Amino acid sequence: MKKRRIWALLLVPGLALIVLFLVVPILRVILPSFAPEGRLSLSLYKDFLTDSFYLGILGRTVRVSLITCLICIVLGLPVSYYISRMQAGRKGVMIALATFPLLTNTVVRAFAWIVILGQEGIINKLMMSVGLISEPLRMLFTEGAIVVGSVYLFLPIMLTSLVSVMENIGEEVQEAALSLGANRFVSFMRIVVPLSMPGIIVGSVLVFTGTASAYSTPLMLGGNRNMMLSTLVYQQAMLLNNWDAASVISALMIVISYAVVGVLNGLSSKINKTEVTQ
Amino acid sequence: MKKSKFLLIVTILVYFFIFAPLVLIALTSFTTESYIGFPPVGFSLKWYAKVFATKSFMDAFRLSAVVSLAATALALLVGIPGAYALSRYNFRGKQFIKDLFFSPNMVPQVVMGFSLFVFIIVALKLNVRIALLIGLAVSVVTYAFRIVGASIDSLDFAIEEAGMSLGATRATVFFRIVLPNISSGIVSAFLLAFINAFNNVPLTIFLSGPGVVTLPVAMMNYIEYNYDPTVSALSVLMMLMSVLIMAVSEKLVRAGGRAG
Repeated sequence: MKKRRIWALLLVPGLALIVLFLVVPILRVILPSFAPEGRLSLSLYKDFLTDSFYLGILGRTVRVSLITCLICIVLGLPVSYYISRMQAGRKGVMIALATFPLLTNTVVRAFAWIVILGQEGIINKLMMSVGLISEPLRMLFTEGAIVVGSVYLFLPIMLTSLVSVMENIGEEVQEAALSLGANRFVSFMRIVVPLSMPGIIVGSVLVFTGTASAYSTPLMLGGNRNMMLSTLVYQQAMLLNNWDAASVISALMIVISYAVVGVLNGLSSKINKTEVTQ
Repeated sequence: MKKSKFLLIVTILVYFFIFAPLVLIALTSFTTESYIGFPPVGFSLKWYAKVFATKSFMDAFRLSAVVSLAATALALLVGIPGAYALSRYNFRGKQFIKDLFFSPNMVPQVVMGFSLFVFIIVALKLNVRIALLIGLAVSVVTYAFRIVGASIDSLDFAIEEAGMSLGATRATVFFRIVLPNISSGIVSAFLLAFINAFNNVPLTIFLSGPGVVTLPVAMMNYIEYNYDPTVSALSVLMMLMSVLIMAVSEKLVRAGGRAG
């Protein structure tokens, strides 16, 4: 009956938007890359994955994303723990403060690091005026600059993911460990960190995929010599008109994105299982 | 209670790391010199005046504002009914549809940008502005599903049943009961979606053309050839806009919460 099918009608506009303007365009771009000369073949992928220039960029993308993710975890754990132990009011303020940069434009945030790290930047000027160095250091347009900019971009996301999980860890759990003689660091590593795993995993998915697909940060802080997959897609598609390469990179980026989510989801369900059996 | 000094110091350092760059940008925007230096020299608002006098920024701002507003409205228009269907009805393939609705979060934005460029601009030969509008709507539609969906989930279905048992049609119930009760969710979704559409770079960089450049992309283009405090001033203005939007949202959500 008509009445029973209202849900279908309600879904149509959303589905139409996503199928027509996300699924179809992506398939139109990616499917032909598996049949470059009208026949099914992986030759474009083979070419890409055996080219040392492209491989270097793929490697950099994974490396930068991984390092960014690790730094965000290392910085995020102690800070989130500290925030999660605050009183409700102050905690809210701290979280609001941490999320504010997320509302500012990525171009603005990358520009700030150009001002700090550049040849004429603040760090170089400061160190030269003190006499620490005589020549400006080359910090901008390096892989390190991309990592710094990416940590800056995504640390707030890691913080909010971690705080939301750590809030629910009871104080008594850690106090028990302390009363049994563990020192603060040991009890933090052996009790708080494992219990925060779900937050670490959610945060890692967001930070890794975010870094791997960010555009303005690698462009502005890495420059032409330190491209990542996202800047490579743009270069190939829009500047060199090499749509074959752009399609291959697009496919790889989608695979990476789903793979990271898949692996980390698998990890989290494994952790949940061991928790249950314990 | 004993509080660890170590944790306090790390927290202070991390918050310094988060805020120092933004404060720095703000400070350099008031300089009287024509270069970005620290500590800034003098005090003037001339770089703010220059932002408003730069035609490319003003054109880009207008385009970004209009297209982001339209895209956000479109995303909510298609997203709210979808979120309602997913929350209130059970049907086969629901999980699949849900995954599909959230897929814009999984696909890297540059990939979306490239494929939309090939599809809308090259194949369909549509106007760049239309491509921008559609692309941004796709990229923010998940906010409508997620945030509005969450507020529908938390709304007791018994209220709707009561309405219907008293003879109201499903549509009446939706507009008279559901919609007013989820208004704060809709406001949050609208503002978050708008901010994200407005700030988008990886998608909009593919969907630009002569005279059609969004503000963040115009800013990036400017930085490529200029290094002066105009960019600092523009950055501060954009930060102020975000703060203003969030403040308004907070107010509206609170007011909505009281009414509901």
